[in-house]
Amino acid sequence: MSQQAGAYYIPHGSRWPIIAAVGLFTLMWGAAHWLDGIEPEGPILFFLGVAIIIFMKFGWFGEVIRESRSGAYSSQVDLSFRLGMMWFIFSEVMFFGAFFGALFYSRGLQVPWLAGEGHGALTNYYLFRGYTGGWPTAGPDAIGGPFKTVPPWGEPLLNTLLLLSSSVTITIAHHALRDGHRRRMLVFLAATPILGALFLWFQAHEYINAYTHLNLTLHSGIYGATFFLLTGFHGLHVTLGTIMLLVILYRTWRGHFSKEHHFAFEAVAWYWHFVDIVWLALFLFVYIM
Amino acid sequence: MSTDAATHHDDAHHDDVPKGFVHRWLFATNHKDIGTMYLVLALVMFFVGGSMAMVIRAELFEPGLQLVQPYFFNELTTLHGLIMIFGAIMPAFVGLANWQIPLMVGAPDMALPRMNNLSFWLLPFAFLLILSTLFMPGGAVAGGWVMYPPLILQTGESLAFTIFAIHLMGISSIMGAINIIATILNLRAPGMDLLKMPLFVWTWLITAFLLIAIMPVLAGAMTMLLTDKYFGTNFFNAAGGGDVLLYEHIFWFFGHPEVYVMILPAFGIISEVIPTFARKPIFGYKPMVYATASIAFLSFIVWAHHMFTVGLPVGAQLFFMYATMLISVPTGVKVFNWVATMWKGSMTFETPMLFAVAFVILFTIGGFSGLMLGLVPADYQYHNSYFVVAHFHYVLVSGAAFGIMTGVYYWLPKWSGHMYSERWGRIHFWLSVISVNVLFFPMHFLGLAGMPRRIPDYNVAFADWNMVSSIGGFVFGASQLIFVGNIIYTVYFAKSKVPARVWDGARGLEWELPSPPPHHSYSTPPEILPGMLAHGDITH
Ligand code: HEM
Ligand SMILES: [Cu+2]
Repeated sequence: MSQQAGAYYIPHGSRWPIIAAVGLFTLMWGAAHWLDGIEPEGPILFFLGVAIIIFMKFGWFGEVIRESRSGAYSSQVDLSFRLGMMWFIFSEVMFFGAFFGALFYSRGLQVPWLAGEGHGALTNYYLFRGYTGGWPTAGPDAIGGPFKTVPPWGEPLLNTLLLLSSSVTITIAHHALRDGHRRRMLVFLAATPILGALFLWFQAHEYINAYTHLNLTLHSGIYGATFFLLTGFHGLHVTLGTIMLLVILYRTWRGHFSKEHHFAFEAVAWYWHFVDIVWLALFLFVYIM
Repeated sequence: MSTDAATHHDDAHHDDVPKGFVHRWLFATNHKDIGTMYLVLALVMFFVGGSMAMVIRAELFEPGLQLVQPYFFNELTTLHGLIMIFGAIMPAFVGLANWQIPLMVGAPDMALPRMNNLSFWLLPFAFLLILSTLFMPGGAVAGGWVMYPPLILQTGESLAFTIFAIHLMGISSIMGAINIIATILNLRAPGMDLLKMPLFVWTWLITAFLLIAIMPVLAGAMTMLLTDKYFGTNFFNAAGGGDVLLYEHIFWFFGHPEVYVMILPAFGIISEVIPTFARKPIFGYKPMVYATASIAFLSFIVWAHHMFTVGLPVGAQLFFMYATMLISVPTGVKVFNWVATMWKGSMTFETPMLFAVAFVILFTIGGFSGLMLGLVPADYQYHNSYFVVAHFHYVLVSGAAFGIMTGVYYWLPKWSGHMYSERWGRIHFWLSVISVNVLFFPMHFLGLAGMPRRIPDYNVAFADWNMVSSIGGFVFGASQLIFVGNIIYTVYFAKSKVPARVWDGARGLEWELPSPPPHHSYSTPPEILPGMLAHGDITH
C-alpha cells in the first residue's frame, strides 16, 4: 500500500485498540477485586488482562511494523509518531512530578510544621509534643519503627554509573546505526538492556536489604512511602524500557532499521534517556540529600 | 445562505465507509465516527448524571429526609460530579474536537487514528466500572468528587474500583490530548499557519497541553490514595509524617487547570459562533490566542484558592489570592472581545447564537462569583457553602454545557446535512436559559445565608429558595429532552438539505466541504483560497 506523493496516509480500521481497551479493563477490574481480597476472581482476571495486553502488544505493534516495512508511512506519519512519543514522555514527567512534589512538600514544609515550626507550633504542642522532625522521618508516631536509610555511595552509586553508561551505549549504537556500522551497533545496543537488567538486579538487592536489615519498608512513615513509590515506579519504567530495548535489539538484528528510517529505535532511546534523567533526580533528592 | 460549495476536492474521495457494526464502530479509526461515539457517550452520561441531580433536587425540595438515605445522597453528589466532569463535559469536547479539528485545519483524519479508537473505547469501560460501585457492599464513594482523605479512605470495596476507573479516564484523556496536539501541529494544510488557525483549534491545542500536564498528576494522587488504603503507606497520615493537605495540594494542582480544560474549548466554540452571526471577524484575534495561553499558564499557580480555609500560611494565601485575581485580566479580554465582535454587527439570533450570547452573560456571572470566592477573607465565609455550588454551576452548566450545545446546534447541520428544527431549538433555548437561572441563582442566596453544600437535609430557614431551585432544576432537566429530540429529528427525520456553507456568515475550511462532509474529509491537502479563512486570509 505505498502512497502516492502528497496524498494523506489513512490507516484502515483495526481490531487491536478495542482489544487493548478490553485488556486494560480486565486487568484493572481484576486488580480491584484482588485488592479487596476477592479471590480467586481477582488474580484470575488480573492475569487474564495481562495476557490480553501482551497479546495485543504483539498484534498491534506487529501490524504497525508490517505497515512500516511495506513503506506505507510517509514522513508526515513519522512526525506524528514522534510527536506522540514526545508528549507521552512529557506526561510521564508530570507523573513523576507528583511524587517528587510529595517528597519536597513533606520534607520542606510538612515535617517542619509537625515539628512545631511556623504556624505548626500549637499542633506540635498539643498533638505531637516532643517530635522534632528532621529527615528521614517516620513521623511523630514513628510508624513502622526505627529504620536506617540506604547509603547512597554503595549500590545506588553503582546503579547511577550503570544507567549513565547505558545511556552512553545506546547513543553509540544510535550513531553506529546512522553511520551504517552494523556490528558496532549490535554490540552496543545489546549492552544497553544488559546494563538495565544489572540495574534492576541491584535495585532488587537493595530492596531486600532495606526490608531485612534496615527495617525500611513501605510502612516507614512518609520516608518509606516516598522512597518506595519513587524508586518503585522508576524501577517499573526501567523494566519496561529494558523490554523495549530487547524488542528493538531483535528488530535491529532482523535488519528492520535503515540509516534514515528508525523511529522505533529513536523512541526507545528517548524513553531510555528519560528514565536515566529521572534516576539522576532520584539519586540526588532521595539518596544523597 | 450561499451555495457556492467548493466541490473541487470532492471527487478524489474513496468513501469506503466500513461495512457492518463491528467494523464501523468497534474497529473505528475514522475521526467522524469516533467523534460521534464520543458525543453520544457524553449525551448518555449527561442524562445519567442528570438523573442523579434530579434525585438530589427532589430530596432538597423540602427540609427533612424524604426520599433517600443520607449516605446514598452523598453517593449521588459524588457520582454526579465525577460523571458530569469526566463523562459528559470532557468527552463532549473531545467529540467536538474529533469532528471539527480535521475539518478545520484541512487534515484527512486525526494524526493517530487507532489510538483515537482506544481513547474512546476506554471510556465506556471506565463508566461501567464506576457505576458498578453503586451496587457494591459498602456503596459507592461518597466523599465528594474531590475524594479527600481521610474520609475517602473509609470507603468500602468500591474505592479501588473508582480509582481504577479514574485511571482509565486519565489514560483516555492523555491519549486523546496527544492525538489532538499531533493533529494540529502536524496535519495542517499548507498555508494554515498557526496564527491563522480557527480559535476553536487554538483553544483545543492549549487545552490538550493542559490535559497532558495534569492528568498524570491526578493519577499520582489517586495512586497515593490507593497505596495509603491498601498498602499501608502514610502519605496522608500525620502520625507517619504525612499530611492530608498534601492530597489537596496535588489534587488541586490538577483540579484548577481541569476547570479550564472544561471551559477553554467552550471559549473556542463561542469565538467561532459569534463572528458568524454578527457577520464580522472576531475582534482581536491575536489577543484571544494570547489570552487563552495566559489563562492556561496562570491556571497552574492558583490552585490553593480551593484551600484558603485549611490553614495555609498567610503569605501563601495572599499569593494565591493575587494570582487568582490576575486570571480575571485575560478572562476579561475574552469577554470584551466577544462583546466588541457583536458591536455594530448585523446580528441574527439563530439557536447557536442565542446559546452563545447566553454563554457570554451567564459565564461572566460565574466569573464574578469566582472573583468573590478568590478573595481570601470573603472565601472564609463562602467556602463549602451553596455559594460555591452556584459559582461552579454557572461556569459549568451555563458555561461549559451551553458552549457544547452552541457547538452542537452550530455544527450539527454540517455533520448531518440537515437543518435542526429552529423552532424547537428556540424553545429548548428559552426553557433552558430561564430554568438554569431559576435553578442556580437562588443558590447564591442560600450560600450567603450559610447553607452548607453536600447535605441531604437543612434548616427550615432555607426552605423557600431550595424549593424554587428544585423547580428550576426539574424544568431544566425536562428541557434537555427537547435537545435530544431535536438531534434525533435532525439526524433521522429532517428532510431539508443544507448547503456547504450552512450559515452565510461562516468562514473556515469546514464550510468549504459539502454537508455532510465525505467520510475521509480530505485525501490530499486542500488548497486554501482567498476568502476561505475567518482570519489571517491567505491574501495578506
Ligand atoms: C473567573 C475566574 C474564576 C475564579 C476567580 C474562580 C475562583 C474559584 C474559587 C476561589 C473557588 C473555591 C471556592 C471554595 O471552595 O471556597 C472556586 C471553585 C470552583 N470553581 Fe471557580 N473560578 C473561576 C472560574 C471557574 C471556571 C471557568 C470553572 C469551570 C469551568 C470553575 C469551576 C469551579 C469549580 C468546579 C469549583 C468547585 C470545586 C469544588 O470545591 O468542588 N471556576 N472557583
Ligand atoms: Cu480553581
